[in-house]
Amino acid sequence: MGKIFAVTLALIAILSAVPIVMNYWGPPEDISTHGHAIDEQMKDTMYEAGFSFLAAQFILGLFIWQYTGRKTGDKLKTFPGGAKGLVIAALVLVGTEILALGVIGQKAWASVYFAAPDKDAMTIQSQAGQFAFYFRYAGPDGKFGGMHPDKIDEGNQNFFGLDPENDVDARDDVISGELGVPVNRQVNLLLHSKDVGHSFYVRELRIQQDYVPGLDLAVHFTATKPGRYEIVCTQLCGLGHYNMKAYLNVMSQEDFDKWLKEKSGQ
Amino acid sequence: MRTKQMLAALLMLLICPGLMFAGTVSGKVTYTGTPAKPKPIDMSKEPSCAKEHATPVTTETVVTGANNALGNVVVYISTGAPDEGQVPPQAVTFEQKGCQYIPHVLTMHTGQELKVVNNDQTSHNIHPLAKTNREWNKSQPPGTPPISEKYDKEEFIPVKCNVHPWMHGYFAVLKTSHVDVSKDDGGFKLPNLPPGKYTITAWHESYGTKTADVTITGNETKDVNFSFTAKPY
Amino acid sequence: MSDAAAAVQHHGPPQGFLRKYVFSLDHKVIGKQYYGLALVAVFTGMFLSWLMRFHLVWPNAAIPGLQWLSRVGAPGGVMTPEYYLSLLTMHGTLMVFFVLTNAPFAAFGNYFLPIQIGAEDMAFPRFNMMSFWTTFAAFLALMTAFFIPDGPPISGWTAYAPLSAVGPDAGPGLGWGQNCWAISIALFCVASLLGSLNFIATTLDLRAKGMTLMRMPICTWAWFITSCIALLAFAVLLPACLLLILDRIAGTSFFIPAGLVVSDRLQPHAGGSPLLWQHLFWFFGHPEVYIAILPAMGIVSHILINSMRKPLLSHKVVIGSMLSIGFLSYMVWGHHMFLSGMNPFSALVFSFPTLIITIPATVLTLIWLGSLYGSNLQITTASLFSLGFISMFVSGGVSGFFLAQPSIDIYLHATYFVVGHFHLVMGVAAIFGIFAGTYFWFPKMTGRMMNETLGKIHFWFTFVGAYCIFMPFHYLGLAGNVRRYSSFVDDFMAPLMPVHKFITIAALFTGAVQLVFLFNLIYSRFKGAPAPDNPWNATSLEWTIPSPPPWDNFGGKHPVVYHDPYQYGVEGASADFIMQTSPEKLPEKS
Repeated sequence: MGKIFAVTLALIAILSAVPIVMNYWGPPEDISTHGHAIDEQMKDTMYEAGFSFLAAQFILGLFIWQYTGRKTGDKLKTFPGGAKGLVIAALVLVGTEILALGVIGQKAWASVYFAAPDKDAMTIQSQAGQFAFYFRYAGPDGKFGGMHPDKIDEGNQNFFGLDPENDVDARDDVISGELGVPVNRQVNLLLHSKDVGHSFYVRELRIQQDYVPGLDLAVHFTATKPGRYEIVCTQLCGLGHYNMKAYLNVMSQEDFDKWLKEKSGQ
Repeated sequence: MRTKQMLAALLMLLICPGLMFAGTVSGKVTYTGTPAKPKPIDMSKEPSCAKEHATPVTTETVVTGANNALGNVVVYISTGAPDEGQVPPQAVTFEQKGCQYIPHVLTMHTGQELKVVNNDQTSHNIHPLAKTNREWNKSQPPGTPPISEKYDKEEFIPVKCNVHPWMHGYFAVLKTSHVDVSKDDGGFKLPNLPPGKYTITAWHESYGTKTADVTITGNETKDVNFSFTAKPY
Repeated sequence: MSDAAAAVQHHGPPQGFLRKYVFSLDHKVIGKQYYGLALVAVFTGMFLSWLMRFHLVWPNAAIPGLQWLSRVGAPGGVMTPEYYLSLLTMHGTLMVFFVLTNAPFAAFGNYFLPIQIGAEDMAFPRFNMMSFWTTFAAFLALMTAFFIPDGPPISGWTAYAPLSAVGPDAGPGLGWGQNCWAISIALFCVASLLGSLNFIATTLDLRAKGMTLMRMPICTWAWFITSCIALLAFAVLLPACLLLILDRIAGTSFFIPAGLVVSDRLQPHAGGSPLLWQHLFWFFGHPEVYIAILPAMGIVSHILINSMRKPLLSHKVVIGSMLSIGFLSYMVWGHHMFLSGMNPFSALVFSFPTLIITIPATVLTLIWLGSLYGSNLQITTASLFSLGFISMFVSGGVSGFFLAQPSIDIYLHATYFVVGHFHLVMGVAAIFGIFAGTYFWFPKMTGRMMNETLGKIHFWFTFVGAYCIFMPFHYLGLAGNVRRYSSFVDDFMAPLMPVHKFITIAALFTGAVQLVFLFNLIYSRFKGAPAPDNPWNATSLEWTIPSPPPWDNFGGKHPVVYHDPYQYGVEGASADFIMQTSPEKLPEKS
C-alpha cells in the first residue's frame, strides 16, 4: 500500500502542476503601468512555491515507497545530518526565499502605494453602495460638489447626496455608472463608501482596494490599452454582492472627451 | 305578505340611490413652476436589462405631460369612503421588468393580496421600506413563483431594489378602493360614489399632499383639480 | 507533579445516568461530548457546503425540499442570493469554531491530555463541564438563526462591520440572525477561555511523578501551546463580540462611522471605525488558524512516531517550532488586511513575520520527512491520514507564499486562491489530523477496534477527493474568480464554469464518502473487535491503562514515569518499544 500511496502522491503533484505550467486559467493580460512588477513577483513566487511543492510531495512519496513493509529486523537509520542539518537547511533555504521575495518584492507594492499620484493625474471619485458603483467627474469647474448623506436620493439618481440647489460646485458634476478613463493618462481614484465595506477590483489593471466606510481612500493607476473591462466588488457587502459590478471603459483621449460631454449633457 | 313587500320596497329605496345615482369625481393634476428634468438611468451594470430598452429609460419621480400635467399622483377618498373594510378578493400585481417597476406607484386596499412578479433574467430584491407596517426584504431569483404579501395598515411605502439602486417605486396602501393614479395627461377618475360628503386627497411622492372636499348629491360628475408646486432640483 | 497536587478537585465515581453521561465531571466523557458535538457540526457544515456548491453551478435549478428548509430563503426550492450567504456564514462559523476548534483541541485534548500526563482528571472538573455546556449553548444559539424568518446572518464568518453592525437595513438575516451569531460566538469565547485555563492548569500542576515537561508527548505539548494561544485569542474576540452586540442593540458606535446611508436610511451612528472590528477580529482570527492546526500537528506527530517505530529526529526542535509558530501567530494578523486601507507601511511590517512563520513550518515538515527516512513504516488507516496530513499541509502551505506578499495579494486577495489556501492548510489538514486521531485512539476510547478496510476506503477517496476539490480553487483564483459570490454573472467568469462543475461533483462525491466513516464509527462502536490495552504497541501513558479506561483513569494508582515519551527502536532493549512507565533501564549507548 505504501507504493500505491507514493505513486498517488506523485500523480497528484504532477497533475496539480499541469494547469499552471500550461497556463490554462492564468491572469488576463496586464493593462497597467505598474502591473508587470506584480506579474514578475508572482512568477518568481510560482517558481519557488512550485519547486517546494513538487520536491516535498516527491520526497514524501519516495520515503513512503522505500520504508514501508520492511522486515522488523531491518535496521533503523537516521537522516544524515539529523535535525540540526534540517534546521539549518530550512533557515538558509527559506530565509533566502524570504529575503528574495519579501525584500526585493516590496518594490511592486511600493510602486502602487508609496508613489504619490502625478500632479496632472485626473481625479475621479467613485462611490460604492449596495450594490452598485457610481463615478463622479468634477466637470468644467474642476471642483467636486460637497456630499450630504441626508440628500442621497437614489430613485432620483442623486447617488452622491449632492445639493445643486445651494451648492454651485455640484451643478456641473458628471455622474456615470461606468468608469470612463482616457488611455495612458494617470487616474487618481478616490474611494468613498456610502454604506458598508466594498472593494474595487479590476483584474486587468492589477488593482484591488477596499472601500472602508468612514475612511476616504485613494488609488492611482494608468491604463495602457483601450477596451471594456469589468470592475467587480470583492468585499462581502450583502445579498447583491455577486452582482455588484461596473465597467471600466478605457478610451482614446478624443473618445473620452466625447463620452464625457455626452454624459454631462444628460 | 304585505308587510314583506313593503319592506322590500323600502330596502330598494335605500339601496338604489347608490346604484342608480352613482356620482363620479374626475379632474386633472397639474403643477406650477419648473420641475426637474427626468434623468437618464445608466443600467450598464445589468446588461440583461439594459438591452431591453432601445432608448435610455429615465427616472419616474416626476412624470409630466403637456400643459403642465402631472402624472403618478395618487388621488383617493381619504374620508367618507363607503367601502372601508371591504377587501377586494383579487390580487394586485407589481411587476419587475427591464429593471423597472410596473407600475411605478401601485395602489392596494389594506389586507388585499399583493403579488410581486419578476419577469427579468436577473435576481431582484424587493425591499419596501415600511414604517408603520411590517418591513420585509426578499430576493426573487428569475423563474421563481410570485411573492405574496399583504399590508394591514394605511401607508405610502417606498419600495426599492438594493441590487439595482435606480429601481424605486411606491406602494399606496389605502383603506379604500376608490383610488386612481393620474396618467401622463394628469387625468384621474373616481366613479361609483354614492351621495355623501367626501375628502379627496392627492399625493405625490416628492411634492406632498393636497386635499379637497366634495359633496355628491346624485348621479353627477364633479370636477376637482389639484395643483402642486414643482421643485427645480 | 506531587501527589498532593494530583488530589486537587478530586471527585468520586459518577452516580446515576445524568452524572455519568450528561452533566459529567469526567474529562473522558466531556471529551466524547465535544467530539459528538463536532461530529454533528461537521456533517451540518458539510451539508451546507453541498447546497452551496450545487447552487453555484446550477443557480436557477430548484433543489428539491429546500423550500421546506427555508420558505423565504428558497422560494420554490431555488436558493436566493441572501440564503446562499446565510449558508456561507453558517458553514464557516460551524467549521471554524465548532469543528476545527472543538475536535482536535477540546475533544481529543480533554480526553487524552490528563491521561498522557498521568492525572486522574482535569484540574477543574466543574469548569470543564461548564465549558462544554457553554459551548453547547453557543451551538444552540447559532442554530436558532436557521429558525428566524429571514434566516441566518449574511455577513460571513468574519462578520465585517458595519455590515454586521447596522442591523436589518443592510439585508436579510442581519437582524436577529446576526444577534444569534454574536451571542453564540461570545458564549463560545467564554467556553474556550474556561477550557484553555483548565488545560494550562492541568498541564502545569497535575503531571505524574517523573513526567517532566520535556517528557510530555508532542500532542500534549501541542494542546498546551494551543491553550496558551486560545487564552489570548478568545480574550480579544469576546470583548469584540460584546462591542458588536452593543452597537447592534444599544445604539453605540464602536464600529460604525457617521454618515452611512443604508437602504435609503441615514444611520443614527457616528464616530466608530470599521477597521477596529477587523483588527480585533483578526487578532483572534489568525491565531485561530493555529488553534486548529497545532493540535493536528501534535496528533499526527504522535501517530507517525508510533507508525514509523522510531522517534522524530528531535523532540526539542519540534516543540520549539510549535512554540515559535504560536508566538509568531500574534504578529501577523494584519496580512488579512493588506487592502483594507491601513497605512501601506504596515503591510510590509505584517508581511515580514508572515513570511518568517514559514521557517518553523518548514522545519516541522522537514523533520517529518527526515524522520521517515530509514524508518520501519507501518501502514494503518491512522498512519495513512497522518501522511496525508503532511501532503495537505505542504500543498496548503506553499500557497501562503503568495498571499503573504502584499503586492501579489493585490491580485489574489478575495479570490478563490485564498479559499483553496485556507481550506487545504487549515480545513483539510486539520480534519486529516482529526481522522488520524480517531482511527488511532478509537480503541482506547471505546474498547473496540475500528474496521481497517472501511477506514482505508475512507482514506483513499477522501485523499484524492480533497485534492480534486481544493487544488482547482487555486486555478480559479489565479484567473481572478472572486469568492463569496452566490452566482457568477461576470463575463470573465463564464469560461471558468467547467472548473466549478468539476469541483462540485468532486465535493458531492467526497462528502458522500464521509458516510462510510460515520458508518464505521457507529458500527465499530457496537460490533468492532474488542481492543487490547495497547493495540499499536505504543509507549505513552494512555496505553498503560485498560480500554476503555476506568472513571479515574489509573484505578487509584499514581503512575511513575521513567522515560522520554517515544522510546521506539532502542537498540538492545527487550522489545522495539519501551513504555514510559516501564522501569526497564535504557541500554548504554555504545
